[in-house]
Amino acid sequence: MSNLIRNNAIVADEWTVVNLAPAAEEAVRKQAGKVVLFKLTGEPAATADQIANTEIPASGKIIVPLPVWAARKDELADRLAKGELGVWLAPHEIVENLVKEAADLNQFPIIAVFHERHGDGRPYSMAFLLRTRYGFKNELRVFGDVLQDHLFFYKRCGFDSYLIRAGRSAEEALAALNIFSTPYQGSVDEDRPVWRRVNRG
Amino acid sequence: MYKYDEIDQTNIDERVAQYRDQVRRYLAGELTEDEFRPLRLRNGLYIQRHAPMFRIAVPYGLLASRQLRKLGDIAKRYDRGYGHFTTRHNMQMNWPKLEDTPDMLAELATVQMHCIQTSGNDVRNISTDQFAGIAPDEVVDPRPVAEIIRQWSTFHPEFTYLPRKFKIAVSGTKTDRAVVQVHDIGLEFYKDDEGKTAIRVWVGGGLGRTPILGQVVREHLEWQHILTYCEAIIRIYNMYGRRDNSFKARIKILVKALGIDEFRRQVEEEWAHLKDSPNTITQAEFDRVAKYFDPKPYETLPAHDASFDSAVASNPAFANWVKRCIHPHRVPGYRAVTLSLKPHGKPTGDITSEQMYAVADMADKYSFGELRVSHEQNLVLADVKLSDLFALWQEARKHGVATPNIGLLTDIICCPGGDFCSLANAKSIPIAEAIQMQFDNLDYLHDIGEIDLNISGCMNACGHHHVGHIGILGVDKDGSEWYQVSIGGDQGNNTTLGTVIGPSFAAEEMPGVVQRLIEVYLRERTPEERFIDTVRRIGVAPFKEHVYSKAEERETANV
Repeated sequence: MSNLIRNNAIVADEWTVVNLAPAAEEAVRKQAGKVVLFKLTGEPAATADQIANTEIPASGKIIVPLPVWAARKDELADRLAKGELGVWLAPHEIVENLVKEAADLNQFPIIAVFHERHGDGRPYSMAFLLRTRYGFKNELRVFGDVLQDHLFFYKRCGFDSYLIRAGRSAEEALAALNIFSTPYQGSVDEDRPVWRRVNRG
Repeated sequence: MYKYDEIDQTNIDERVAQYRDQVRRYLAGELTEDEFRPLRLRNGLYIQRHAPMFRIAVPYGLLASRQLRKLGDIAKRYDRGYGHFTTRHNMQMNWPKLEDTPDMLAELATVQMHCIQTSGNDVRNISTDQFAGIAPDEVVDPRPVAEIIRQWSTFHPEFTYLPRKFKIAVSGTKTDRAVVQVHDIGLEFYKDDEGKTAIRVWVGGGLGRTPILGQVVREHLEWQHILTYCEAIIRIYNMYGRRDNSFKARIKILVKALGIDEFRRQVEEEWAHLKDSPNTITQAEFDRVAKYFDPKPYETLPAHDASFDSAVASNPAFANWVKRCIHPHRVPGYRAVTLSLKPHGKPTGDITSEQMYAVADMADKYSFGELRVSHEQNLVLADVKLSDLFALWQEARKHGVATPNIGLLTDIICCPGGDFCSLANAKSIPIAEAIQMQFDNLDYLHDIGEIDLNISGCMNACGHHHVGHIGILGVDKDGSEWYQVSIGGDQGNNTTLGTVIGPSFAAEEMPGVVQRLIEVYLRERTPEERFIDTVRRIGVAPFKEHVYSKAEERETANV
């Protein structure tokens, strides 16, 4: 059964995420003796080799990493024209870099954000910017460490597609989309704060 | 004070239900430790040395008597009959059972209280001045804005997983008592040249292991724009703050790395998109919230009260208390009263259930049923009639909350330390107690005069040791507990970070070290000088010399 929630329902997943080819040497930052998984925002996401070595399936709907799209646009133009191509961003990638590469974001039927670790808050701001500043209107998906307790926040920031982490129930997660009924602040899904929506007396 | 409407109540009720389910899933093994941690932290639940620690929000320090009674009940039923007030207005309970915490939360919700965002990497409790609304030097009552920010930051969808915790303080007075310069964002109200209310926005202050004072990111902001301006700052922080090293993840590190000018440029650029967007505060919403903080129905009273004056004249113990624990009020015939939670030899900021009930009764009887928690970890009854002070003092004394030491050496700010906190390097409570016992002589204490002594059990600086006139920091050296001493720190408009005087000391040396610092002060001071003034005038060297001199040299010197 599918683990994809689109809007308010569980649906079949038509898209395949294409991963970057692994780096020649595992780039790990060491700090205070322990391996740190985070990359800082703005760091390069991929080497030229990784981009070149990334295997792109010959057919079907695919979501490719931003650096691959940026470097291999010509090769992917057909797929894009057919509506079979989306891009995804890692948490440390900058939304503006996508905008630089694609004048009109709405040429993509889907943009996805990889939520590498659930404690990392960057994807929420990325969604906010994609929806409000850059006017992206099509499917905005989050995948990776996606857990039910975060769905409400994803939704409010503009995601409308959630690939629940394998092994977790999408069924159970559905209820979490509406865990709070009257949020205080304006965000993407509802830009009016509560005092502009309701007469509080 | 602010009262919940249906929307506020619904939000916290839904939170109770959500949290109950999260605990259930954790206990059932459906959530891993790693997944549950950020969820419980966003509800104030730490797993501590002995048991979980549950931190209850007291928004901007304001409590109703019925809320304090409820805290008393909860402490009795689910804990060991006492609670601890922190330096950020909150109450901590140190012995609850994890399984009980959903019920505790449900109990709190019945009196419009919660634990939302009292820990975790999110926007924490908004703090302000314990004399808000009554201080004679107040420009603007900071509480309506603090409440509006509280609501805006509650379950903020974008800013609940920041690189690190985020603390906002609002000051509405000429003399800053909210320590805006040591907060991630400090909002300081003032009157501009045209007599209009404006806000100076400070950013990037903080204590912890890298103490940095905040800088002004914007000199002049109108109140309507507070939320959108905070949104701009926090979005820049959320995107670009470091997440690879939690010790370098606070916004102060980002501000320092970019430089304030570049940081300001980015914030202003972001804000240009947000200015006048729907989160801009409307006059109607401001008025709706502000009316909850209207002045109390004060009586018209003379500025003096004969019974009070004669009690002061005839009762030296009462006069001492009046000298230390009574504060000016903008309405004639009224005073604010600090109830000391620093009796000598007891953990600072601790309060038993019985004391909570007693203080709640005093608030009902003498102060419109409300009280405040100060960041110095004491309680304040803000609106007491002069003619009631003597009766209040007698009751306060009976319940052990009338130690006349406010602002004095034994009014120590102290974190829970190694006795409770799993982060601590060293114990802090026994040090505070030992110092209090060393100076357990009221005449001597009053002679020493005003001095802030702050103790933190580790560099996370929950006891704000950097801004203490005397600051004590617990450090770990080869697995044993040592204490580093700094002097010359200060909070308020002249916020300064203290200077470390030299190598650290063993626990048993600490009362003697403080004693020797005081000796230098008493020897060197001019008649009007406070400890901090003397340190500023003569510098750290004479203190250092005396503290580290050998015992025999000291004796010669003292002859």
